Amino acid sequence: MPDRQPDPVEEGRFPGYDVLRKRSSMSWNDRTREVVDRRLAVERGPRTLSADAFRCLEAVCAQIVPQNQGPSFAPLAAYVDEGLTLGLGPGYRNAELPEAPEAWAKALAALDATAQREHDAVFAALDDAQQKSLLQRMQKGELSGPEWTDVPPKLFFSQHVLTDIVAAWAAHPSAWSRIGFGGPASPRGYVRMGFGMRDSWEAAEAHPGQEAKAARENRRVR
Amino acid sequence: MCADQTILANREGLRSGNLSPMQQVRAAGGRAPDPHVTGGWLSMQEYADGEEVDFAIVGTGAGGGTLAAELAEAGFSVVAFDAGPYFRPLEDFASDETAQSQLFWTDKRIVDGDNPLKMGSNNSGKAVGGSTVHYAMVALRQRPESFASRTKQGFGADWPISWQEMWRYYTKAEDALKISGPIRYPWGPKRPRYPYRPHDLNAAALMLAKGAEALGIDWTETPLATVSAPRGKSPPCVYRGFCRVGCSTNAKQSALVTFIPRAIRAGAEVRDLAMVGRIEVNKDGRATGLHYHRAGQWRFQRARNVIVAGYAIESPRLLLNSATDRHPDGLANSSGLVGKYLMTQSNQAVFGVMDDEVRWNKGPPSLAITEHWNYDDRKDFFGGYIHMSQGPLPVEWSSVLTGSKGLWGDALLGELDKYNHQVGLKMVGEMMPQERNQVTLADEVDQYGLRVARITYSWCDNDKAMIKHALDFMQQQAEAAGVKEIFRQKNDTNHLAGTIRMGADRRTSVVNADCRSWDIPNLFVCDGSVFPTTGGVNPSLTIQALALRTADRIKELSRRGEL
Ligand SMILES: Cc1cc2nc3c(=O)[nH]c(=O)nc-3n(C[C@H](O)[C@H](O)[C@H](O)COP(=O)(O)OP(=O)(O)OC[C@H]3O[C@@H](n4cnc5c(N)ncnc54)[C@H](O)[C@@H]3O)c2cc1C
Ligand code: SF4
Repeated sequence: MPDRQPDPVEEGRFPGYDVLRKRSSMSWNDRTREVVDRRLAVERGPRTLSADAFRCLEAVCAQIVPQNQGPSFAPLAAYVDEGLTLGLGPGYRNAELPEAPEAWAKALAALDATAQREHDAVFAALDDAQQKSLLQRMQKGELSGPEWTDVPPKLFFSQHVLTDIVAAWAAHPSAWSRIGFGGPASPRGYVRMGFGMRDSWEAAEAHPGQEAKAARENRRVR
Repeated sequence: MCADQTILANREGLRSGNLSPMQQVRAAGGRAPDPHVTGGWLSMQEYADGEEVDFAIVGTGAGGGTLAAELAEAGFSVVAFDAGPYFRPLEDFASDETAQSQLFWTDKRIVDGDNPLKMGSNNSGKAVGGSTVHYAMVALRQRPESFASRTKQGFGADWPISWQEMWRYYTKAEDALKISGPIRYPWGPKRPRYPYRPHDLNAAALMLAKGAEALGIDWTETPLATVSAPRGKSPPCVYRGFCRVGCSTNAKQSALVTFIPRAIRAGAEVRDLAMVGRIEVNKDGRATGLHYHRAGQWRFQRARNVIVAGYAIESPRLLLNSATDRHPDGLANSSGLVGKYLMTQSNQAVFGVMDDEVRWNKGPPSLAITEHWNYDDRKDFFGGYIHMSQGPLPVEWSSVLTGSKGLWGDALLGELDKYNHQVGLKMVGEMMPQERNQVTLADEVDQYGLRVARITYSWCDNDKAMIKHALDFMQQQAEAAGVKEIFRQKNDTNHLAGTIRMGADRRTSVVNADCRSWDIPNLFVCDGSVFPTTGGVNPSLTIQALALRTADRIKELSRRGEL
């Protein structure tokens, strides 16, 4: 069984669409059900990062991918930490960065240290504007100080902050539902391929004034 | 076990605690998995380590898999090793980008240079069947002039084989894979009909066609190694679009479902999860076999001939890691060129949105192509390129948005929301062979205790000029097709070649036209690393054609007693 009940979002481009309704359909094979179920059941707490680092990471994730709390919330920090625990990685490392677990630990500590120095509080305790500004400076490589020597902020931001967090989100069914992606498709693939063509097991887009129609169609997507 | 155990790449297998093919040897006990049948087996001949087999092959991808089948069918005893697992796609492949990262070579590697390469999903596979298990199936011929770039075009180096001969082997490779392609291919010398009919176009491909027609250039359906009608146990492609993370229906004609079963039926042994660490050479300068790690142990397989087919990073790494007192710079390296002249292909793109819904994830990612700039020589740089329509899945697409535009927060989500309207054109461009782009050994070691590869890459001015030309042209074409909000992905590369280049002169190449080492007569190389130039098309059909030729040459040498 899926870890959570379908949680269709009633607003947005694809009102009423929940990709998880297709879970028992021909679009999902057993192996797919297995891996997605396990993804949804991820352990929420940190296993590799310290509690402080994890709190910082959760705040960073909330900036990179803003989400509503609710059943469709994707615990992105937990996925990043899990990746570090399992030693997952892209299979190459930029010569200027340490291994991922060390890089993450150092960068999160550095972010907290910078926040302390500038605002007298850890990153997670800053307000939205302060957090955004720190991350923007990190992305541009404008943060400096001894805490950043081992993790060049700009490189770390592009190679890990954006990459690891966004990849975790894009792998989550909540993301698929939101963007109207058909999700898993095996063994059933697709038939209607041309412009503006939709198979009945794909999300229907709400055109202005037609939201209710789209929502009706989306509730029938299996 | 060190922290980097990238056998751990199988996130999902570890979560479940189940023993997956990533962790447990499957081809053993007189049988190997039948990739076409859930839970199925093929009976497989086995050889003892101490038995001197005719050929030990390192790697079972486009090059090694093809050669294993051809040599076994010719009656030679063959053992083929692959560091990766042996999958049955029907039961092992999820329809999921993240879980399927199990297909990629994610062992530790270090990248540097002015334009460090992205490895992993971008560049290499680790599985029985090699990178063909996750490749995008685009099956193209290099232009005739690409085999003589030095004499015909004034750059790089000539191949020691004529284009006519390569084109004969392309025909054989296309037939072996039952390529689905257009009735009339618009560019280059006449070629035979493709074995299977072309695939239907999706909206993303129709955009390319529309733009090409508006600009007055040719386009066609892309020749693809996925069947458009049933073939044996392969059903026709169902347009699910997950090709680049493995085809779970077996429509894709990967080495895993084509050459590997052929090899096993003809008496070859395939060893999965078998990492070759070193080739042994005796005092007469002949290879005697190889050291490999399997099921927790180092073992030694004796062999009359060794074939290296690990692709352009792992093949030179293996030769360099096999250094001895007599061969201090690595095996087969009297030219000093092992690891040098690494090439990738430029893979830049333009992306944008259309008013109509496109749903570019449906179907294989590159259903339409134009080779216009491979055959039109009015340009101010060397080499050529193709470009094709696109259909990245969400994880890949979001990485394009973060990588090219640095987006995050609401700006990122707002762009991702346009997923179903997105289209793109992506080049595959010829990068110049440069000696400074290379694979060397780093001091760090991997989970087997072997020194890892350091991959150094920098673009040259010609590379940059071609990329600019392609981006400008693709943008023009997309605009002509009515695409809006166009942006450029400027940093992507894909495909590898070079590092063990072939040639006609032992001072400037590592292997000869038979892909045989100039130094060690019973050592051959059969993969993308032998390319002296990489051409303006995706490489694997060329690797497979070359493997078919190498097989014929080996049979001929054997007949003449010259092996
Ligand atoms: C995402 C992606 C899409 C692609 N799409 C296309 C496409 O559409 N068209 C195209 O033409 N090309 C494509 N390519 C490129 C193509 O897949 C490769 O060029 C081709 O497969 C290389 O063939 P090969 O035989 O040289 O190596 P591979 O097919 O990579 O095989 C090498 C094998 O050797 C094994 N190996 C390496 N070292 C060792 C060792 N020491 N011991 C044991 N085993 C070892 C590896 O595990 C691997 O299985 C794509 C590549 C990628 C990454
Ligand atoms: S689109 Fe076709 S080739 Fe690609 S994964 Fe699906 S069935 Fe296989």
